[in-house]
Amino acid sequence: MRKGQQTWVFANKPVIVSTGVSGGPFEANGRLAADFDILHDDLWMGEDSYEKAQRVLMEEASKTALEKANKKKDDVQFFIAGDLINQITPSSLAARTIEVPYLGIFGACSTSMEGLALASFLINYEGADYILTGASSHNAATEKQFRYPTEYGGQKPPTAQWTVTGAGAALVKKHENEKGLPVVTSATIGKVVDLGMTDPFNMGGAMAPAAADTITAHFKDMNLDPDYYDLILTGDLARIGQNVTYELLQKNGIKFEREKFQDCGLLIYKDDQPVQAGASGAGCSAAVLYGHIMKEMMKGTYKKILVVATGALLSPLTYQQSESIPCIAHAVAIEMDI
Amino acid sequence: MGNKDSKSKKQQQYQSLEKKYEAKRPVFKNCIKAFFVGGLFCLLGQAVSYFYIYFFNFTEQTSGNPTVATMVFFSMLLTGFGVYDHIGQFAGAGSAVPVTGFGNAVISAAIEHRTEGFVLGVGGNMFKLAGSVILFGVFSAFIVALIKTLLIKWGVI
Repeated sequence: MRKGQQTWVFANKPVIVSTGVSGGPFEANGRLAADFDILHDDLWMGEDSYEKAQRVLMEEASKTALEKANKKKDDVQFFIAGDLINQITPSSLAARTIEVPYLGIFGACSTSMEGLALASFLINYEGADYILTGASSHNAATEKQFRYPTEYGGQKPPTAQWTVTGAGAALVKKHENEKGLPVVTSATIGKVVDLGMTDPFNMGGAMAPAAADTITAHFKDMNLDPDYYDLILTGDLARIGQNVTYELLQKNGIKFEREKFQDCGLLIYKDDQPVQAGASGAGCSAAVLYGHIMKEMMKGTYKKILVVATGALLSPLTYQQSESIPCIAHAVAIEMDI
Repeated sequence: MGNKDSKSKKQQQYQSLEKKYEAKRPVFKNCIKAFFVGGLFCLLGQAVSYFYIYFFNFTEQTSGNPTVATMVFFSMLLTGFGVYDHIGQFAGAGSAVPVTGFGNAVISAAIEHRTEGFVLGVGGNMFKLAGSVILFGVFSAFIVALIKTLLIKWGVI
């Protein structure tokens, strides 16, 4: 059911029954290493290209999610996934392996929540019993496409972000009176916001207005108090983007405690890892939410969370043609069903 | 048109707000680091140059070519072993401006595209960063040489 201008409310409460998360060597040294199901100690992951390695990450995350729920491919009706690489080939090639009817989506780093929102919508209206959704990114494959060769000695400014090597997948199912599992209660689809930021080495600064716009719209549409959620988790705004978003929200009258406002891009790595402003990438929000945050929800640390994945919808071509960076954010509310 | 003006005002407002939080490049610190690391590279180059002059049959004029080749070779090793990008993050222009930085730009692109094969990958992409350096370097050298030749011919210099 649509509520307000751009929010879906899921009365049938689709359940996130299981998740799977995989990551690379840099993530294995990070703060959330214990929350990954599969960690690789080599960026190649036994493949002969980084793009193929990214496919492996997506396959492993999806397989793990299915195994944890004791489900087989045939039990799942749809697979909704996306990533940052040209024509989202790592996701499509993973879909070839998974052999489940597939919807490829692109929302840059907001893909994870775009997928979860769509999956929940389909489940809510009985379009499927089980849907697998996820997102992935690979540091070297993404750098190769968007920036410079990985071994190139260019100096990155302190506003730059480090693309996560990782994938996260979630298995969403129809609610059948289960208790004690996280359920998706609503989702706000964001609009493209572009305030003329042009520096691809400052994604957080470019994406902040989109995040603030979607969060503001969510609270307005849902007519909720900003204190309703235990945690408002953004995707990959990193240090600069997060501070800017918080100020924009306060200006919009959305006021909540600073501690409740966290960012996947600041959670995943340790402070001494050389990532400049923080982490980014389609796999960032997917891996942190479906790994660390889901575990924390099961433990009872958080009961109601709003996840806002942000994406910068640029390409190397639009940047070279002096186009500013169009950004988007999608919000999904997840609550423990007790 | 009025709409467009108000939009750009909104953009300006946001951009000044964003600037408040934006981490600045430590320009002065970067310059110091670039000066010393760049200087160190040049010192090494000078040592290599003297090596060719004293141990081989090179003069100060002719030792340039083998020195450049040797420095690019060192840069290749450092790039291949994954060290040069870390030096680059620390030193910035200090490791980008010397000829080793040029070598790094060519070699890193060659390594990066090895997965697409030798012809379309390595061959097609090797000069994707350094290509414009070569093009505009050769072109500006041509223009300068042309001006010099004309000035000499006209007896100005």
